[in-house]
Amino acid sequence: MSDTGAAIPSLADRVRAVNAGGTIVGVHFLGQAPVFVLGEEALLFTGADGEKRIAVHAGAILSSAADAGRIVTGGDDGSIVTTDAAGEHTSIATDEKRRWIDHVALGPDGAIAWSAGKTAFVRVKSGEVRKLDAPSTVAGLAFAPKGLRLAIAHYNGATLWFPNASAAPERLEWKGSHLGVAFSPDGKFLITTMQESTLHGWRLADAKHMRMSGYSARVRSLGWTADGKFLATSGSEQLILWPFDGKDGPMGKQPRLLAPSQARVSVVACHPRQPVVAVGYANGVVMLLRIDDGALILAKPEGDSPVSALGWDSTGQMLAFGTEAGDGGILPL
Amino acid sequence: MPTAPQTTDKIPVTVLTGYLGAGKTTLLNRILSEPHGKKFAVIVNEFGEIGIDNDLVVNADEEVFEMNNGCICCTVRGDLVRIIDGLMRRKGKFDAIIVETTGLADPAPVAQTFFMDEAVGAKTKLDAVVTVADAKWLKDRLKDAPEAKNQIAFADVILLNKTDLVSPAELAEVEARIRAINPYATLHRTERSKIAIDEVLGRNAFDLDRILDIEPKFLEADDHDHDHHHHDGHDHGDHHHHHGHGLNHYHDEDMQSVSLRTDKQLDPDKFFPWVQDLVAKDGPSILRSKGILAFKDDPERFVFQGVHMILDGDHQRPWRADEKRESRIVFIGRNLPEDKIRQGFASCAA
Repeated sequence: MSDTGAAIPSLADRVRAVNAGGTIVGVHFLGQAPVFVLGEEALLFTGADGEKRIAVHAGAILSSAADAGRIVTGGDDGSIVTTDAAGEHTSIATDEKRRWIDHVALGPDGAIAWSAGKTAFVRVKSGEVRKLDAPSTVAGLAFAPKGLRLAIAHYNGATLWFPNASAAPERLEWKGSHLGVAFSPDGKFLITTMQESTLHGWRLADAKHMRMSGYSARVRSLGWTADGKFLATSGSEQLILWPFDGKDGPMGKQPRLLAPSQARVSVVACHPRQPVVAVGYANGVVMLLRIDDGALILAKPEGDSPVSALGWDSTGQMLAFGTEAGDGGILPL
Repeated sequence: MPTAPQTTDKIPVTVLTGYLGAGKTTLLNRILSEPHGKKFAVIVNEFGEIGIDNDLVVNADEEVFEMNNGCICCTVRGDLVRIIDGLMRRKGKFDAIIVETTGLADPAPVAQTFFMDEAVGAKTKLDAVVTVADAKWLKDRLKDAPEAKNQIAFADVILLNKTDLVSPAELAEVEARIRAINPYATLHRTERSKIAIDEVLGRNAFDLDRILDIEPKFLEADDHDHDHHHHDGHDHGDHHHHHGHGLNHYHDEDMQSVSLRTDKQLDPDKFFPWVQDLVAKDGPSILRSKGILAFKDDPERFVFQGVHMILDGDHQRPWRADEKRESRIVFIGRNLPEDKIRQGFASCAA
């Protein structure tokens, strides 16, 4: 049990507020500049030189991913756009049927993946685009931490694909609808979020199954801590941390339950260096949690809209957050 | 920024079903082209036949996914979960969502998506299932196409279309066949899917607060409710019953409604275990259920409705002094164990 009686220290007065004027669906850092991804059309750059709104899609932005130098977005206009720190943006591909670009992912060596309908695409370093049809609509994409290997979540399992190899893709099967997908940082485990408020996992060495359940809602956000010891997840009225420090992952172990609240956790973002997790709730609260002792710091007080985006800069000295109503904030630490 | 309470904030979703050629697309085009000043997001299976400037049109795949929860009839439309999540990023660009299903689609997974997926249910609400039926061919489809029967059974609003192509006697017969399957849907006779838009949209048929609207049809259903419906699932020899009030009454071979009422006050500790057990066991064959309940020592009406195994219920409002405190429930489904349901309901009296 955590001591909820004691006043939680607050850093909320240090936050620089950003009014995005529309739903915030993601936030990434290009260097030291926080960039908010809006639900419609634009990226909002909020660096030291002021705010700059850059229209990148003619419609909804459905997915985004970023590395140190660029943000890639997929839109309901059928295009995949990369945007760099200067705000220069390029459409690298447009779906021939102008289908929604549901998912994007960035991989090692400049690879970019996206999906439209049942098809997953990978644009490799040379610029060549390879594609693979999944058995049903692609529900999630993730690159493995090493090597050019893409995981594709779909109905009744996930597919592992080496876009540069001619080998047949490997199928991991588990009944049900798999939505999100993520590799563990050591590449030993693959985790999917499922339609029915559970996580599924496979140990890739032997395809052994792991089921992680007990959530009150579908898990829509997850991430590993910097040391790879914990998988932090949304979907419950507390932060759920699954232990991944042993060779069996969380098998046979209980998760840690921290930062309890009346409201459900909507987004999580692990600090890039420390065992600290930023936790966003459906009631608009953002907390910083230190895993070792469960200590909490308030980053954003309660509001009228769920937290929908959280992101750290690569050094962990700045946290940015955004809500469905478009209230953004930047907290220097 | 002030926000409205969540219930009024939700985007209404109308599901448009109907067998191939019944007139669904004609209805959709009418809805979209009328000068109502509303904007719609339309989820269709085939682009091409509709093309409207101000509306968002999205292509669906009709991917029906089973839930991995041991409930065989719990299915969701995976594409709807994805599309609605995407559409909600453009909230403010449209007033309502219309989902057009293919002619062969089962409406249940569409409806269940709104109950089973928390994220979808938090942003949108199911308004009504509207089924377009072909007055000339429905009778035949009810014989050879289980999908057509499901669509009738599931409907909140039925457009009996192409009425100009049949005689008054044929029309009366097809209406009686529809009523044998679904006594509580609102039925409109139409030609070329011509209907006032507010008869189709904004019906609140899935809103517990509006379950009151089904009462006249409940009463109508009760007029048709006869004790000699007994059948044990084997004896289907006689499906036609003629009744004194001159209306042809058909007993559909496998799809029917069971409508019950009692003026005995119910015991909630008996009723809830019974109804939950009923839908847990017979949920696959129960397509829709609705009820208004009077519990002992409870000053408020309790209302509920369900889709297969999923039940949703709440207190609605105090019983009025001039109102008869009676309980009424309707189940629509396939080969319903009517005697078992009757006995079970009777045993719920306080």
